[in-house]
Amino acid sequence: MSKQLLKGNVAFAEAAIRAGCEAYFGYPITPQTELLEHMSRRMIELNRVFLQAESEVAAINMVYGAAASGVRVMTSSSSPGISLMQEGFSYIAGSQVPAVIIDVMRGGPGLGNIQPSQSDYNQVTKTAGHGDFHPIVLAPANVQEAIDLTVLAFDLADKYLTLVFVVADGAIGQMMEPAELPPMRELPFERPSWALTGAFNRERNLVNSLYMGVEGLEELNFKLQAKLAQIQREEVRYETQFVEDAEVVLVAFGTAARVAQTAVQRLRRQGLKVGLFRPITLWPFPEDALAEVSERSKALLVVEMNAGQMLHDVRLVAGIHTPVKFLGRMGGRIPLPEEVEHETVALLEQLAVAV
Amino acid sequence: METSIIISGFGGQGVLFGGQLLAYAGMDNGRFVTWIPSYGPEMRGGTANCTVIISHDPVGAPIVAQPDIALVFNQPSYAKYAPLVKPGGLLIVNSSIVQVADPRADIEMVTIPANELAAEFGTVKMLNMAMIGAMLARHLVLPVTAVEQALHDHLPESKKKLLQGNLDVLQAGFRAAVREAAPV
Repeated sequence: MSKQLLKGNVAFAEAAIRAGCEAYFGYPITPQTELLEHMSRRMIELNRVFLQAESEVAAINMVYGAAASGVRVMTSSSSPGISLMQEGFSYIAGSQVPAVIIDVMRGGPGLGNIQPSQSDYNQVTKTAGHGDFHPIVLAPANVQEAIDLTVLAFDLADKYLTLVFVVADGAIGQMMEPAELPPMRELPFERPSWALTGAFNRERNLVNSLYMGVEGLEELNFKLQAKLAQIQREEVRYETQFVEDAEVVLVAFGTAARVAQTAVQRLRRQGLKVGLFRPITLWPFPEDALAEVSERSKALLVVEMNAGQMLHDVRLVAGIHTPVKFLGRMGGRIPLPEEVEHETVALLEQLAVAV
Repeated sequence: METSIIISGFGGQGVLFGGQLLAYAGMDNGRFVTWIPSYGPEMRGGTANCTVIISHDPVGAPIVAQPDIALVFNQPSYAKYAPLVKPGGLLIVNSSIVQVADPRADIEMVTIPANELAAEFGTVKMLNMAMIGAMLARHLVLPVTAVEQALHDHLPESKKKLLQGNLDVLQAGFRAAVREAAPV
């Protein structure tokens, strides 16, 4: 396969199709509508299921139903739509069925605007619904990664029987970049043994998140916690640039990380010792790796397109010894490399004075 | 080496496709490229712009504060982007519908009557090609042949009958910008 110029939203959709997504349920919302639009054409062409639901609440419950029957399924939305789906996320987590959710985030709170934002970090990483669970949350920073992480999302969802989010800000959904799509996987998959496929010649299966007593539910929670612990051990992903000798390390994900990368490259050309730490899994958060980087560096600068949501996770890791500064833009604004450079240089100067 | 280009005009002037064409030409010539549109509740007749970055290295930030090049198709775009072009940068102005006021001394400005050139060599809707042709005459970001090849390869099937017209308008824009550069 050769590289094509692909829009992020289209790349998400086509990657999902090639990863074997058999059913898509969704409701249009900018800035992810091209994803649904691509699905509406391609899924029909391929004789798979595409359904535009009457609402996000309906869509996520259709996802739940399809997942319970062992179908590879996904939905996509943007921030306000993701809020509407929270009940369904929790039911899916409680029932331990696999599902993939793509969230192309926009400015909030409320209906906010349709511009790029990272305003859903807290929402998606800190449970995404009621009860004790975390979805796996993957955060691509370019169109190729949007493809690769979407494919990975389906595999992780199947492996751990869990919800997996791929979260991108609107810029990644809207931008075009050269990227390569994976080959098409063969369908259909064999249905898992727990799936609701009609109990012919076997014991009946039950997929459910309702427990009438205490014991069963606490048992489920222990099981969920064990699974989350395993995910934390085995599925952490991140990228670093120039952190080995960096005095100040910028911490950012998604489009903010690209802006930070430009700033780091420019400052490195001026001989300044700065680096970049980019979480790819927002949950599990790369705590150990960042802790190591934070111990070696003099300060961290978190750059986000929100008021400082990942900032709290970074502060927990950095502890009291490494100062953590923050640069954030809100309401759909993307920070400019110049702002990040300015803030980084100011921080380096403060550190020089402190010494 | 990284070159940033902002293309801005009314919806319907081919601003977004013009940017995509440059991105295709860059990609097909082994460059790293990004294309990002301004997106909003705007349709034909509203404003539209996109930022294209063509680079020898992977592209970080897909947006820029100061572009190396701006192609301004209408008056509001001129007002917005002429002041933002990086000092030493290039500004291509569609003089068919843009009144130039207070030209900057620290950038290169090329004015071409893109609407008329497009109408003469193709159709008026092809003005985006005239603007891109003019840019290629004044900047080495890509050779004009790369963009011609990209037109051959990436013009949607339904628009293939417009290929020759697009190529002709691209050339007309290129020649107009070369001509304007000649000493008076």
